[in-house]
Amino acid sequence: MQKRLRIGVLYSRVRVEEKWIFAAMEKRGIDYERLDDRAVSFDLENPTPWRAFDAVLERSISYNNGLYALRILNAFGVPTINTAAVAEVCGDKLTTSAMLARAGVPQPRNMAAFSPESALEAIEVFGYPVVLKPVVGSWGRLLAKINDRDAAEAVLEHKSTLGSVQHSVFYIQEYIKKPGRDIRVVVVGERVLTAMYRKSEHWITNTARGGEGELCPVTPEIEALCLKAAAAVGGGVLAVDLVEHPEKGMVVNEINHTMEFHTVQPLNGIDIADEIVSYVMNAAKTDSNRG
Amino acid sequence: MKTVSCTECAAEITPAENTEVGEIIVCPDCGVDLEVVSLEPAAVELAPMEQEDWGE
Repeated sequence: MQKRLRIGVLYSRVRVEEKWIFAAMEKRGIDYERLDDRAVSFDLENPTPWRAFDAVLERSISYNNGLYALRILNAFGVPTINTAAVAEVCGDKLTTSAMLARAGVPQPRNMAAFSPESALEAIEVFGYPVVLKPVVGSWGRLLAKINDRDAAEAVLEHKSTLGSVQHSVFYIQEYIKKPGRDIRVVVVGERVLTAMYRKSEHWITNTARGGEGELCPVTPEIEALCLKAAAAVGGGVLAVDLVEHPEKGMVVNEINHTMEFHTVQPLNGIDIADEIVSYVMNAAKTDSNRG
Repeated sequence: MKTVSCTECAAEITPAENTEVGEIIVCPDCGVDLEVVSLEPAAVELAPMEQEDWGE
C-alpha cells in the first residue's frame, strides 16, 4: 500500500492565499499541518520530526524566517517549495538581477555599489531620474525615485546613516517610463498559469500600494520570457513581474518566491492555490519515490 | 463566532463565520490590525507591526 504523504505549510499570517491553500489541501483530503513560523523551532541534532514531512510549502511573510527555515529543512533533506536556493536569489533583488543577467534574460539596467560616493558616481552614469531600491523588501516599500543630484546625495546619506547594513548595498535601477502599468505573471513549474496588468497613476504599480489588477493575455512572448526567467532563478512557484520598457520591450523587473495572488486569482478563475498544492504534491511524490 | 473586543479601542467586533486562527481582521472603529489567536473562545491580539523583511 502506498504511503500517505504528509505536507507541512509554514506560514506567518493566514492571508486569503493561505485560506485558499488550506481549503485546497482539505478538498483533496491531504494530510497536512499548519506550521506557524513564530511557534516552530528546529533542533539541528534531531531532524526526525521534520523528516516526517514529505514536503514543506513555505509561505512565511518574513523573508528571514522563511529563508532560514528553508535552509535548515533542505539541510535535513526535506523537500521544500520553494527551495532555499530559489529563496536566496528571489528574496534579494540584486541577486535576482545577477542571475537574470547570467542567463541573458532582458531586464532594466541595474548597477550596484557599496558606498554613497561610488553609488553617486553610478547614478550619474544613468542620469536622472533613477530608482534606488532596497535589496530586500517587498510591497513597493522604500523605493526612491531620484530626480536630481541633490536628492541622490540626501537619500544615499540617509540610507547609509539610518538604515541597516543592508541599506548600504546600493541597488540602482534605471527609471522606466512604463505605460502606467506592469505585468504580474504566475509561473508554477514549467507552466505559465495566468497574468494580470497592475495599473496605477503612481510610478509604483504594486497592488500593495493601490495598483489595480486587470487580466493580461499570456502571449507567446510573455510565456517564453517568464519561463526563461523562472529557470534562471531555479524554478518553482513564482510570480514574475514584467515591465514594458519603451526601448527594450518586455523586461523582467523582479521575481517573487512566496507570491500573493488574491488579486490575480479571481480575474480568470484559475485556481492558483490548487495548482500550487498540485505542484507541492508532485514534489513530495517525486522525492518519496527517490527515497 | 462570537463577538470580540478590540484591544486598542474596545470596540465590539463580530468576525465572519469562516474566520481562522492566524487571520488578521481590521477593527472597523479604530482601523488597527488584530490577529485572531483563538476561536473557542474567540480572542484577538494586536497584530505584529510590519517588519522590513515582510513581503512576498
